Amino acid sequence: MEKKKKSGFIIACTAPAIILFIIFMIIPTIDVFRMSMYKWGGYTAEKTFVGFENFKKLSSNPKFYQAFQNSILLIVVVTLVTFCLSLVFASILSREKIKGQNFFRIVFYIPNILSVVVISAIFSAIYDPNQGLLNSFLSLFRGDKEPILWLGSPKLVIYSVAIAMVWQAVGYYMVMYMASMANVPESLYESASLEGAGRVSQFFSITLPLVWTNIRTTLTFFIISTINMSFLMVKAMTSGGPDGASNVFLSYMYQEAYTNSSYGYGMAIGVTVFIFSFALAGILNAVTKRDEIEF
Amino acid sequence: MKRGANSNIVKAFIYLALALLAITILIPVAWVFVASIKENQEFYRSPWTVPQGFHYQNFIDAWQTANMGEYMLKSVLVTALALFLLVVIALPASYVLARFKFKTKAFWNALFMGGLFINVNYIVVPIFLMLNNGDMFLRKTFGKPFFLNNLFILALVYASTALPFTIYLLSGYFKSLARDYEEAAYVDGASYSYTMLRVMIPMAKPSVVTVVLFNFLAFWNEYIISMTLLTKQELKTLPVGLMNLMAAQKSAVQYGQLYAGLVIVMLPTLILYMCVQKKLTQGMTMGGLKG
Repeated sequence: MEKKKKSGFIIACTAPAIILFIIFMIIPTIDVFRMSMYKWGGYTAEKTFVGFENFKKLSSNPKFYQAFQNSILLIVVVTLVTFCLSLVFASILSREKIKGQNFFRIVFYIPNILSVVVISAIFSAIYDPNQGLLNSFLSLFRGDKEPILWLGSPKLVIYSVAIAMVWQAVGYYMVMYMASMANVPESLYESASLEGAGRVSQFFSITLPLVWTNIRTTLTFFIISTINMSFLMVKAMTSGGPDGASNVFLSYMYQEAYTNSSYGYGMAIGVTVFIFSFALAGILNAVTKRDEIEF
Repeated sequence: MKRGANSNIVKAFIYLALALLAITILIPVAWVFVASIKENQEFYRSPWTVPQGFHYQNFIDAWQTANMGEYMLKSVLVTALALFLLVVIALPASYVLARFKFKTKAFWNALFMGGLFINVNYIVVPIFLMLNNGDMFLRKTFGKPFFLNNLFILALVYASTALPFTIYLLSGYFKSLARDYEEAAYVDGASYSYTMLRVMIPMAKPSVVTVVLFNFLAFWNEYIISMTLLTKQELKTLPVGLMNLMAAQKSAVQYGQLYAGLVIVMLPTLILYMCVQKKLTQGMTMGGLKG
C-alpha cells in the first residue's frame, strides 16, 4: 500500500515535466536528425528519403561556406575580444580599490538584460549611414567624406555585428569571472606584494591560474552562445543582408528551413552546426586542460 | 615617492578604461530615451542635438498606431502564463528527482541534463512543423486549427524549453537540504504531498525567485519562437512588434515612434534590473549560466 502511494506520488510529480520535455524538446531534436535525411519542401506531406544527399548539396554550396566563414570569424573575434575585456575589467573591479565599484558593475551588466531586438535597434541607430551616432561622431575627424555603410557594405557588416555582440556579452562574462576571483584568497596577493610583484605579474601568476577552471567552462559557453547569439543578432539587425554577406550558421538554417520551406536541407544545416559546435568545444576543452590548482 | 606617482598614473588609466566602457554602454541606451521624445524632423539634424521639447505624442503613436499597447498585453499574458506553468510543473518534478529513490531516476536526470545542450534555435522549425501538422489534422476533422497562433501554446513551449535549466537549478537546491525535515514530517504522519507543499517547497523560495527572475527576462525578451509560432498580425509579442516597427521604419520614416517603442520594450526590464540587480548577478553565478 505504502509503496503504491509512493510511486503514485512520484509519477504525479514528474509526469507533466517529462511529457512536456519529451514533446517539445526530445521529439523535435530527433526530428532535426531524422528530417536531415529527407527531401522535403513546402507544405506537402511528401517526403522522400535521400540519405546524405542534403549534406552533399550543403558541402558544395557557396552560401553555406559564406555562413560558415562568418560564424568562424565571429566565434574567434567575439570570443577573443570579449574574453580579454571581461577578464581585465573583472580583475580591475575585484582587485583594485575603485570608487563607484558597484556602479560600474551594475552598468556593465545592463546590455545583458535587454532584448536582442532592442540591442539590434540601438545598433541600427548607431550604424545609420546618415543620421547615425557613429558616423556623426567620426565626421569630427574625417570631415564630410562619404558616409561609411556599417551595415550596408558586405565587407564591414560582419565586424559591425561583432561589435554589437561584444557590447552585449562583456558584462556577463565579467560578472562570471568576478565571482570566481572573489574565491581567490587575499593572502596570496599579500605575500606576492611583499615580494614586490606588481599588478600585472600578480594577474598572470595568481589570478589567471586560479580562475583557470572557470575560464575553461566559459570557453565552451563562448562557442555555443556565439553561435546562438549571432543568429539572433543577425536575424534582427540585417536578416543576413546585404545579399547573404552577414549570414551565420543558424540564420542560414532558419532562412532555408522556415522562409524557403526546404525543411530537409535546413535540418541538414542544423545537424552539421550541432556536431561542429560540439567538436569545437571538445577540442578546446582538451587543448586548455591544465592540472587543477588547489588553494 | 616615485612609486606613488607611478601608481597614480596607473590608477588614472584604470578609471579612464572603466569610464570609457561605462560610456559606450550608457550613451546608446540614454540616447534612445532622448530620441524617443524628439519630433520627426529633428532626426534630420545631427543625432547629438538636444530635443526641442517633450514630444510625448511619439508614445501615444507607438502605443496606438503601432499597436505596441496591444502587443504589450500579449507579452504580459504570455510571460505570466509561461512563468506560472514553469514553476508549477518544474517544482514538484525537481523535488522528486532530487529527493526520491526510484528505478528510472538516473535515466530522467541524465535526460534533463542532456536537455541543457539543446538550444531552441535548432528545434524551433520542427516545433513549428509539429504544431502545423496538428493544425492540419484538426482542420480536416473539426474544421478549426488550434495549435499555431495560440498564446497558451506559446507559453507552454516557453515553459517546456526552460524546463532543463530550471530543474537543474531547483533540484540542485533541493539536494543541498538536510533529510531531517522530511523525516520529521513523516514521523508526524504527514503525507508525501503535504510534506512537499508545506515543508520543502517553502524552503526553496530563494531559488524559485532566481528562476522566476531569469525566466522573466528570457520570456519577455524572446522573439524567435514567438515570431515563428504566431503568424497572425494581431497576435504578436512586444519584441516581434518592435521588429515590425523597425522594418516599417525603412519605408515610411517614423523615427520617433520607433524609439518610443524601444523605450516601451526595455523599460520594464530596466526597472526590474534596478530593483533586483544584486539578486540577479548572484543568481547567475549560483546556477552556472544559460547559453
